[in-house]
Amino acid sequence: MVQAFCDWLSNTPVSLKIQTVLWIIPAVQTVHILSVSIVMASMAMLDLRLMGLAGKRQPISRMVDRFVPWVWRVLLILAATGTILIIGEPERELLNWAFRTKMAMVATVSLITLVVQQVNKRDATFWENRRIAAAAVGVVSLLLWVAIVTAGRWIAYV
Amino acid sequence: MGILRLCAWLESTQVAGAIRESTWLFPTIETIHVLSIVLVVGSIAMFDLRLLDLASRDRSVTEVYDDVMPWTRASFVCAVIAGGLLFSSSATKYYANIPFRLKMLTLLLAGINTAYFEFWTRRGIAAWDHAAHTPRAAKLAGGISLVLWIVVVACGRWIGFTK
Repeated sequence: MVQAFCDWLSNTPVSLKIQTVLWIIPAVQTVHILSVSIVMASMAMLDLRLMGLAGKRQPISRMVDRFVPWVWRVLLILAATGTILIIGEPERELLNWAFRTKMAMVATVSLITLVVQQVNKRDATFWENRRIAAAAVGVVSLLLWVAIVTAGRWIAYV
Repeated sequence: MGILRLCAWLESTQVAGAIRESTWLFPTIETIHVLSIVLVVGSIAMFDLRLLDLASRDRSVTEVYDDVMPWTRASFVCAVIAGGLLFSSSATKYYANIPFRLKMLTLLLAGINTAYFEFWTRRGIAAWDHAAHTPRAAKLAGGISLVLWIVVVACGRWIGFTK
């Protein structure tokens, strides 16, 4: 079924346009990577702070408020540019296990980030008072982000 | 020894040969390169945006600098090492590649911009560290850096799409 969808999608005028205009894919990938930079650096800062390894001059709640809204906005850009790349090369992405793993991890880490943000909204000292839980969330989140970038790069190789 | 001959020698080393022939070494090093670059660009963007008065305005410039720069520097070192290994695998090919040359040139410009900021602009930081607005020289440094790093990423991506 996915194969049939890919066949249909790759023959749509939009997809054919992306396939024939050679600068579209590298240009969209560039915007995608720049967006990854913003999300990755923001989340690395926050995760390291949750682990107690960096940025200790700021309370955790301040960092959540500073970085997470950016992450949500930029994730929208990532979804948009990612969708363009899928339309351009549906088989390369949708039938690729690295891509599927990446999407599952993006969903998981988004959910974790949402929980961190919502808990922080109700109680600004929650994570500050639970060091072990905060560190655990930081470790899992950071590992997921690293794995997401890794899976993203390996889409081209598997 | 000319640059091209240096590239040819680099390419003939055992390390370069191993990266070229292995199925997994190149993508693995490339992943490390990408991870390092996104951290360099993302962290430097945080500081550039502070210099531009567009983010973290509740914090002093020095505070943002101290929080961000150690990570930027460490990531940059990783990016250079991983990038150097990737380069060695097909040095002569990359050396002839236009986007690659543009990337190196842009990196050089970014280096000059950073050096100018470090040795001139930042010297007088005490006067504007906590001020409501950063001076024009600081905004210029931040803006130039942001643009140059965007070009670096774009060139890097284009290397993969050119022969």
